[in-house]
Amino acid sequence: MMRFSYSRPQTIAEAAAALAADPSAQVIAGGTNLVDLMKYDVTRPGTVIDINGLDLRGIAVDGEGTLHLGALAANADTAYHPDVESGWPLLSSAILAAASAQLRNAATNGGNILQRTRCYYFYDPSTPCNKRRPGSGCGALNGVNRIHAILGESPDCIATHPSDMAVALAALDAVVRVEGPAGERQIPFDDFHRLPGDRPDLDNTMERGEIVTAISVRPQKFGQHHTYLKLRDRQSYAFALVSVAAAIRLEGDTIDELRVALGGVAHKPWRRKDVEGEFAGRPATRQTFEAFAAALLEGATGHGQNDFKLDLAPAPSSVPLSRHTPVPRRISPQRWCSDGPLGFSHRPAPQPRRR
Amino acid sequence: MPEAVAPETGTHTISLTIDGAERSIIVDPWTTLLDLLRGPLGKTGTKKGCDHGQCGACTVLIDGKRINSCLTLAVMKDGAEITTIEGLATGDDLHPMQQAFVEHDAFQCGYCTPGQICSAVGLVNEGHAHERHEIRELMSGNICRCGAYTNIVDAVQSVLDQTAKAPTP
Repeated sequence: MMRFSYSRPQTIAEAAAALAADPSAQVIAGGTNLVDLMKYDVTRPGTVIDINGLDLRGIAVDGEGTLHLGALAANADTAYHPDVESGWPLLSSAILAAASAQLRNAATNGGNILQRTRCYYFYDPSTPCNKRRPGSGCGALNGVNRIHAILGESPDCIATHPSDMAVALAALDAVVRVEGPAGERQIPFDDFHRLPGDRPDLDNTMERGEIVTAISVRPQKFGQHHTYLKLRDRQSYAFALVSVAAAIRLEGDTIDELRVALGGVAHKPWRRKDVEGEFAGRPATRQTFEAFAAALLEGATGHGQNDFKLDLAPAPSSVPLSRHTPVPRRISPQRWCSDGPLGFSHRPAPQPRRR
Repeated sequence: MPEAVAPETGTHTISLTIDGAERSIIVDPWTTLLDLLRGPLGKTGTKKGCDHGQCGACTVLIDGKRINSCLTLAVMKDGAEITTIEGLATGDDLHPMQQAFVEHDAFQCGYCTPGQICSAVGLVNEGHAHERHEIRELMSGNICRCGAYTNIVDAVQSVLDQTAKAPTP
């Protein structure tokens, strides 16, 4: 690991100022991604700013029912928090579908949405990568690209965003609260991550010096009609090939509101609010959901080794929705695993359980 | 690749309670908790496998929670209480999880075992696993290349069963 200096500011203002003043500085929170990137020499910060001294660990629901997740609250503490389990179970499911218990104990909410892609070329400094070294080319485009994007990619970058939590936050219309030298602002989740375009080095729309302080999620109105489904090479502790956060509200047998975000397919969680809007008011039938999946995946292209995602993505984009209609009941994860149409692996949603 | 030398990469003095003993230690910022334990502190019970958070061999408990010590900078843990595999037993009396691993033959080569046991102790503390499939899921951060998984799950299950039977205050 390259040498660096270390500081531990005690206020957000101090941290933001230190970050803004030093272009080589990077923030560390849980460290589960940054330390790994430093070991591979992908990231070489001159200064590491440890923000663990900041008071950003809270998890609370305000008077209007909005959930506020502190940026430094651990993923595990968030997923198992009674308010999150009861009010935002889709978020709990997504967090618990990711990584391992050890990593979820250390990884923070802010760090989760800021984690870098796991593209093999990004992680290997001996290869070209426009995200790691702008202008050096994309090794994945004509290379080993099994895990790469099929939507929203550019000739410069076909990396995917690796987070599961972010896919749920996208479906839940979360807001990211950031603070920097210019003050505080709120970024709607759709606007937080960006597509690569000709600047794949930029993962998100934060300004230099800004720090994530919290993630806020309004109360959801989907009852039990939601699913986080993750398809991967092994049943636990693997990144998604394709994942979906799906939620639906029905009015009788008609779709009232539909939200679907996909993971593993693009540089950011993939959501098409325009398509969701078009399908409101349509009958909640399997045919409708298949048409929705086709529209959601419009324009998808493979790059060779990831062509299978074109066949893999439609089912998880539509099947979880069908499973929630017309009978309004929760689908048992075990049932889904054993007799699901494609034998999907599915992390059971957390169920409060006492012995 | 020539090593770039960053300016002002000073050392830091931190205080850690490791396996019950409080220590004041001078560390470089880039020293991971794992390297601190195995190097200067000579606590080689904690193992280095992948060194990238993928295998779980380096699992220790920080303030009772299991983490990968290879992905933790020691300097960030000033004031923390760390329990390694070397701090679980009381004298010659093994920790119930250590005893269960012996009784269930839950290892072959033993290299992953310190991490498996620390992780399993963390799992019991967390209280989210009850059924066998939950143990498997919540132990997935610990790889065993000998493939002792079946017996590892048996060992963890036996401790969970003991814990469930024990009267809780």
